[in-house]
Amino acid sequence: MLSADISTVLPELILAVSAMGLLMFGVYTSKDKAAPLILWATAGLMAVLGLWIAVAGDGAQTAFNGAFVDDAFSRFAKVVILFSAALILIMSQDYLAKQNLLRFEYPILVALAVVGMMMMVSAGDLLALYVGLELQSLSLYVVASMNRTSVKSTEAGLKYFVLGALSSGMLLYGASFVYGYTGTTLFSDIVASVEGEHLPIGMLIGLVFIMTGLAFKVSAVPFHMWTPDVYEGAPTPITAFFATAPKVAAMALFARVVFDAFGATVGDWSQIVALISVLSMFLGSIAAIGQKNIKRLMAYSSIAHMGFALMGLAAGTETGVQAMLIYMAIYVTMNLGTFAFILSLEKDGKPVTDIASLNQYSTREPLRALALLVLMFSLSGVPPMLGFFGKFWVLNAAVQGGLVWLAVAGVIASVIGAFYYLRIVYYMYFGEETDPLDRPTSPVLWGVLMVSAAVMVLGIVNMFGVEAMAKAAAVALVN
Amino acid sequence: MEKIILFAPLVGALIAGFGWRYIGEKGAQYVTTGLLFLAAFLSWIVFLGFDGETRYIHILTWIQSGALDTSWSIRLDRLTAIMLIVVTTVSSLVHLYSFGYMDHDPQWKKGESYKPRFFAYLSFFTFTMLMLVTADNLVQMFFGWEGVGVASYLLIGFYYRKPSANAAAMKAFIVNRVGDFGFVLGIVGLFMLTGSINFDDVFAAAPTLAETELHFLWTDWNAANLLAFLLFIGAMGKSAQLFLHTWLPDAMEGPTPVSALIHAATMVTAGVFLVCRMSPLMEFAPTATSIIVVIGATTAFFAATVGLVQNDIKRVIAYSTCSQLGYMFVAAGVGVYSAAMFHLFTHAFFKAMLFLGAGSVIHAMHHEQDMRHYGGLRKKIPMTYYAMLIGTLAITGVGVPLTTIGFAGFLSKDAIIESAWGAHTGVGLYAFWMLVIAAFMTSFYSWRLMFMTFFGEARGDKHTHDHAHESPMVMLIPLGVLALGAVLSGMIWFGSFFGSHDDVNKFYGVPSHHEVAEADGHGDDHADDHAVATNDDHSDEHATDGPGEETAHAAGWTKGQGAVYTHPDNHVMDEAHHAPKWVKVSPFVAMLLGLGLAYLFYIKDTSLPKRLAKSQHRMYQFLLNKWYFDEVYDVIFVKGALRLGKFLWKKVDGLVIDGFINGVAMGIIPFFTQRAGRAQSGYLFHYALAMVVGLVVLITWMTISGGAE
Repeated sequence: MLSADISTVLPELILAVSAMGLLMFGVYTSKDKAAPLILWATAGLMAVLGLWIAVAGDGAQTAFNGAFVDDAFSRFAKVVILFSAALILIMSQDYLAKQNLLRFEYPILVALAVVGMMMMVSAGDLLALYVGLELQSLSLYVVASMNRTSVKSTEAGLKYFVLGALSSGMLLYGASFVYGYTGTTLFSDIVASVEGEHLPIGMLIGLVFIMTGLAFKVSAVPFHMWTPDVYEGAPTPITAFFATAPKVAAMALFARVVFDAFGATVGDWSQIVALISVLSMFLGSIAAIGQKNIKRLMAYSSIAHMGFALMGLAAGTETGVQAMLIYMAIYVTMNLGTFAFILSLEKDGKPVTDIASLNQYSTREPLRALALLVLMFSLSGVPPMLGFFGKFWVLNAAVQGGLVWLAVAGVIASVIGAFYYLRIVYYMYFGEETDPLDRPTSPVLWGVLMVSAAVMVLGIVNMFGVEAMAKAAAVALVN
Repeated sequence: MEKIILFAPLVGALIAGFGWRYIGEKGAQYVTTGLLFLAAFLSWIVFLGFDGETRYIHILTWIQSGALDTSWSIRLDRLTAIMLIVVTTVSSLVHLYSFGYMDHDPQWKKGESYKPRFFAYLSFFTFTMLMLVTADNLVQMFFGWEGVGVASYLLIGFYYRKPSANAAAMKAFIVNRVGDFGFVLGIVGLFMLTGSINFDDVFAAAPTLAETELHFLWTDWNAANLLAFLLFIGAMGKSAQLFLHTWLPDAMEGPTPVSALIHAATMVTAGVFLVCRMSPLMEFAPTATSIIVVIGATTAFFAATVGLVQNDIKRVIAYSTCSQLGYMFVAAGVGVYSAAMFHLFTHAFFKAMLFLGAGSVIHAMHHEQDMRHYGGLRKKIPMTYYAMLIGTLAITGVGVPLTTIGFAGFLSKDAIIESAWGAHTGVGLYAFWMLVIAAFMTSFYSWRLMFMTFFGEARGDKHTHDHAHESPMVMLIPLGVLALGAVLSGMIWFGSFFGSHDDVNKFYGVPSHHEVAEADGHGDDHADDHAVATNDDHSDEHATDGPGEETAHAAGWTKGQGAVYTHPDNHVMDEAHHAPKWVKVSPFVAMLLGLGLAYLFYIKDTSLPKRLAKSQHRMYQFLLNKWYFDEVYDVIFVKGALRLGKFLWKKVDGLVIDGFINGVAMGIIPFFTQRAGRAQSGYLFHYALAMVVGLVVLITWMTISGGAE
């Protein structure tokens, strides 16, 4: 029995053990000098694990009496998480080294966060959920404040930690409600204990508390307040990491909880999800307009995008989950490219995050400017970029799920949101002449930017098969 | 081989259009012209070797969407073969001619490169025209239809520095939109009712359509009539028939070779081609064909009257084209598609030649186009004179009456006039008289053009006249070739187009069961007994057991039945052959009268026209202003559209939409942006408060609205 359980969680186990092994290695060898080696080793390991899960994974297994679920849905999320985390690690090396921030703990913390995320998306039990969530969160609190000498970075870490603790408290409180009313923490038992179309009031309160905790993790309005500050304060590679893998994990966990544990009462949670979805879309779009810092702007952008992804979830259907997964995959790809671009912005060796510094960027770096243009168009959902199809999927799911008003609101919000994406393009192509930025040198960042932009254009052919994978994942979750 | 014909012009257009910087101006000219001559050569091989059997040459699968399954393929039947030689022959000659005509164009400054563009456009036009005529389904045809529209637009507006050329290009395009709208409606309607847009399926469904009612514009219509009429609206636009003709004279703003190619020989005949192509449908749409006859006859008459008084040499020929197109529609409308195609075929030669000849005159006179400034050019440009003379003899219809000896126009035009008579219907009679009067006027304005240009005193600028010079060889050779066509094409192909029933059927690949009828004791003397024989021809296909059986209404066109279809009850062509002698002679008499009057007016007593214009001032102004069509359209459509546009722009767009968007974008959204920015205070307790408030709101909401208890 145990050996079967172990083999089910083998990828997580390998990653956790290697993280600890590498920690030992770092401590007992040359410490920070070994950081690049550890970083590449971790990234490589994550990529290999991602590939392994993508290729070898099959069917649905549970381990540890149902607390851990390995199915197509969790595998989809895991692959996206592992690949994006690995890419972020590679992308961050140059930047962190230049800022003298390349600590050997960094890749290890990221690896542990990824282990937490993998636990989250595979959670089949409220306690497993909580353990995964905390493992991820604690690692993230630390990396957010990694730049210890920077007030902003430490402030970001602290804020994140305090608010995260609050949200964890809410989540746990909600879990206790659910446990109190059902006598179990296992998702499959919770769903079985519910009779009829609606939840009893006590369960309902528990559900709202749990969803509050999850909404904090996906930074949905009104639990988003930490996002802009943390995004701005944390070193840019960390921001890039925050914007990608944890969002996928949290969104997948969200879907996991509402479908596995409360799937029988879609109507109850669907309206909550729809409400925070519409709030997120509008706040993300409107507040971003006032931003001058591109990292803060990306924070609001991610809030708005989470709103769109939640729209898919709000539909409460298989198509909705599929749309959400497709949306997240596209979102992560776009963000990787955009952050690769942001990471390369430097002036006199110092990182720049001011949007106005992009003025006339196209005259100096036409190809990069074009790539960013494609990404910005895609982020704002301009056809024929891939971002448009992501939005189309979720809108379609919302309409099919009977949430026409939500789809209409989403379209309006995306029109408002187009403003600030297009403003970046405007600055690059039509802005006034300013002091030029340094010429970017990193081939890694260049490659990620170009590939991401190319995917946005070429992906429209068949989305590289993501559609079918997301379909399988959605089927595994909803049924 | 057919694919080479189709794609050679496209290849030429692409090479010349995009690659001329690498191969040079001359290179671009040689490549396009060479490819066109290749296409023309192959087309003649196809035409002469064609056996009448319809062939389908698949190129690729084009659109597959739901029930719409369209491949891109060439339908090669007699109609296509005729159009192939018309298009490629005239086009290649025009290419060659343009070597001389477009050399040193005064519209362009020294060193400006315009020739490769011109040749690329010409070749592109040829490609789209070939697409149109080789289409085997309506959508493909529509592609070519729009393609020639674009090419025509580009070429009319070729002198883009001239505001009048730009306006004319737009006018042509916009007026054609009206027709195209009808065409699209027709295509969609056919697709709706038959579930297919392939010609074969549509043709086969024609008898069913004739018995179908279609609800459209608040009433029920007979489907076949309505659809045929809608298609004809498309044809009216392209072929400049009355009400949609206004663009054609203006299109003369384009370079003269363009006028010859597009606005005389090929594109404008697309409408006639469409009607002939759709003959299996037209045969079941009696009302629509009556309308076609009336419109065609009226156009022929109207355009001829306007042509009487125009002074611009190209405009005279333009109105003449318009008028001749009316002839073709009459023939198609009364059901003698073959005669329509015959006139289309011969007209392409002599009208292209007249245009190219006019171009040669214009070239000689340093781009002077007003005939009042010509005169006495016979000695200066003799070759052009002879060419124009042949063209005029052809268009006015000179020949030996009651025989088949004569210039091309004599045979084809008389065939149409006899067919109009042979219809034995009210509209047919109306058409007959209109066409005879038009023939008289045609003769008058054609000779007027000749006399004013080549005879009499030199009236224009002395210097220009003295320096008038014969055009170079590259311009004269096309004239010579076309002159051959203008003289001979009628006599050579008369039998095929308008001869005995068997010859015509054989030509178009219509299966003839005449032998069966013959064996049953019917004579094959067409002069006596042809009507009966025809009837049997068609009944035999459906009732093989003998001519005695009554099969009044055949089941329409079936696959393999050739290029044109005539209803078993349609004996117009035979009736035309049996027309009385005075009918057959009447166009010739009209021609002589016209010639005589022109001689009187412009050679004998040159003050007569002025006096007549003065005494009949109103009439003269009416004709000179083209029946005030442009003015009326301007008031009704142009001004109205402008007013509507201005209203939508200023009031609806400016006030309502812009006002709303600006209000939201510049008032409301920034307000909220500011609020959101202020809420993001940076204080931890504010953030925590927001979370708790959010939680409280959610819980309250859920407890009130949801829950099982």
